[in-house]
Amino acid sequence: MSPAKPHTVPARIPPLTVSAFTATTAVGAGQQPLQEALRLGRSGLRPNDFGAQPLPTWIGRVEGIEATRLPTALADWDCRNNRLAWLGLQADGFIDAAAAARERYGTHRVALILGTSTSSIGATENAYTRLDADGRFPADTRLPRLHTPHSLAMFVQEALGLAGPCYTVSTACSSSAKVFADAERLMRLGLVDAAIVGGVDTLCGSVLFGFNSLELVSPEPCRPFDAERRGISLGEAAGFALLERGAGELQLLGYGEASDAHHMSTPHPEGLGAERALDDALARAGLDCADIDCINLHGTASSKNDEVEAALVARRFGPDVFASATKGFTGHTLGAAGIVEAVISLLTLRSGWRPGTVNTRVLDPVCGPQIRLAPAQGAVHRVLSNSFGFGGNNCALIFGRAESAAEGRA
Amino acid sequence: MTPPLHIDGIALWAPSLPGWDLAAAALRGETAVGDAAAPAKRPSPQMLAPAERRRAPDSVALALEVAAAAVAASGQAAASLPAVFVSAHGDLGINDTMCSTLASTPTLLSPTKFHNSVHNAAVGYWTMATGCHEASTALSAFDHSFANGLLAAAAQCAADARPVLLVAYDVAAVGALASVTRSDGLLALALVLSPQRSGHTLARLDWALQDSQATAPALQSAAGRALAGNAMADGLPLFEALAQGTAASLRLPLSARQALRLSLTPS
Repeated sequence: MSPAKPHTVPARIPPLTVSAFTATTAVGAGQQPLQEALRLGRSGLRPNDFGAQPLPTWIGRVEGIEATRLPTALADWDCRNNRLAWLGLQADGFIDAAAAARERYGTHRVALILGTSTSSIGATENAYTRLDADGRFPADTRLPRLHTPHSLAMFVQEALGLAGPCYTVSTACSSSAKVFADAERLMRLGLVDAAIVGGVDTLCGSVLFGFNSLELVSPEPCRPFDAERRGISLGEAAGFALLERGAGELQLLGYGEASDAHHMSTPHPEGLGAERALDDALARAGLDCADIDCINLHGTASSKNDEVEAALVARRFGPDVFASATKGFTGHTLGAAGIVEAVISLLTLRSGWRPGTVNTRVLDPVCGPQIRLAPAQGAVHRVLSNSFGFGGNNCALIFGRAESAAEGRA
Repeated sequence: MTPPLHIDGIALWAPSLPGWDLAAAALRGETAVGDAAAPAKRPSPQMLAPAERRRAPDSVALALEVAAAAVAASGQAAASLPAVFVSAHGDLGINDTMCSTLASTPTLLSPTKFHNSVHNAAVGYWTMATGCHEASTALSAFDHSFANGLLAAAAQCAADARPVLLVAYDVAAVGALASVTRSDGLLALALVLSPQRSGHTLARLDWALQDSQATAPALQSAAGRALAGNAMADGLPLFEALAQGTAASLRLPLSARQALRLSLTPS
């Protein structure tokens, strides 16, 4: 193990309240089906039935996207990703919470920062299957705002009637974790009073055939941290959270962002960037590893990710920490994974239900006692959620219950 | 009130203006666009080993070229700077190749093309080339990408009181994508923002949000107007003002309903 290079340790931040949150995944729309799946250990994965030539793998496909219709006023934004965003906004009354925040603070005083890896590229892929005789997009698909990474955020901004800062974070699988960091900075500087963060990614050819080309796709449902894991199961999801100032029940306590500086598609062998993200998140929260009860691991079931992440957890955390990976429930939802697992972390804080690592049979010997297969019930005060992406892009988030902020510690 | 920041390093690269000194003169109107020798095809960032330089996608070569130049001008160490990279569309050439392959022979998709297609490929290569373990990000905001990238970078610099590297770049739309996405040529812009004035400071930057519609400032120079077709052109008015080296105020639209108000005070 090589120690991380010395670096500027970030100052502690005031916690923010997470006053509304939601996720729509392969197990269903909103918190209730997600909580139920986590309780029952019910995976949402199914054999791949996406696209004309489905690869032999399993996917976390969201039901009902095909039947979803956008309101007429938003019809120009129609594509699979924006439909899923629309579905996701309806769940748990999130669209009403967003409207209430807009009324409370003003349209310009609510930021909208969304993460996505591929946004609406599925619509672009579809256009390429029916180019006209001159090799151009068919006239009905020539919508510049649809074929660009910012499509999702522009659509959601219009759907929510917001006019504050709005940009897209696209750092592969850490995208919708990093949005919390961007929002916190804008709020701390007083540029906005609240922020809606989140992310949406949908299944598309680019990711299915792309991860397949890297030989990272599992032929069976993914088994995070299993000794015989065979790769990832791709999924799709939408998730959102509303951040406000003040001391609500559930809070964002800290975040850390760091770079591996190692390889485009393989993690640093010693988890250097992941560990630095952890340290920065702890510093911003004013906490130590011993203060963390529960970890939602990145846990993709790729050989390298799980090996590096398990070693990091084993060397930094005590044996009583409860760590598990939830991608066996939802699939790896890529740019939406950060927000989906933030939502699972918030549900864990609220209910005390610590989800197990579904699908996994025998843990890899590299795992310490922290990583669990079976779920458990018990009071949870602080949860760490890890998100690591291509390009060596790492983000760690720490959420806590109101009484768990490190009063007077730092 | 947002704290004032300082611009400590600057860079610009376009085929007709390969470097800030050439660009600054052209953006001041002192030299004509065609004064340079034959336009460069694409940049050749010396920080990459020759084989990597050849293999790097255009977007990566472009971004690394200006990143290195701005950091060198700032006197900062590259490895110590959090990096905010912004591109409206990412690597449109790779997207065109991938979508074409997916439409015909999807199982032949290239793994290298795939991992280079992520929006954060350029910043990933930057952190690898410089051994930078700081926070790094990749943003997008369609027609207002530069302004939003500047907002995010300024917020990070001000909130954490640390210098931040901003790199903004877009490449040309090619193939079928050119029938829908508007972006011509290559253009990359970079700034190093710092919370403190230093010996390298070019100008103080005061910044604030303005909650009303703003139209993009008109480009003053023929050189600036010649680059206006690139998707990152919304940053050019600021670079024209920095080339002038005089006090200036400008409003860059962040969206149809909000703008970033900037005041420059030369050091």
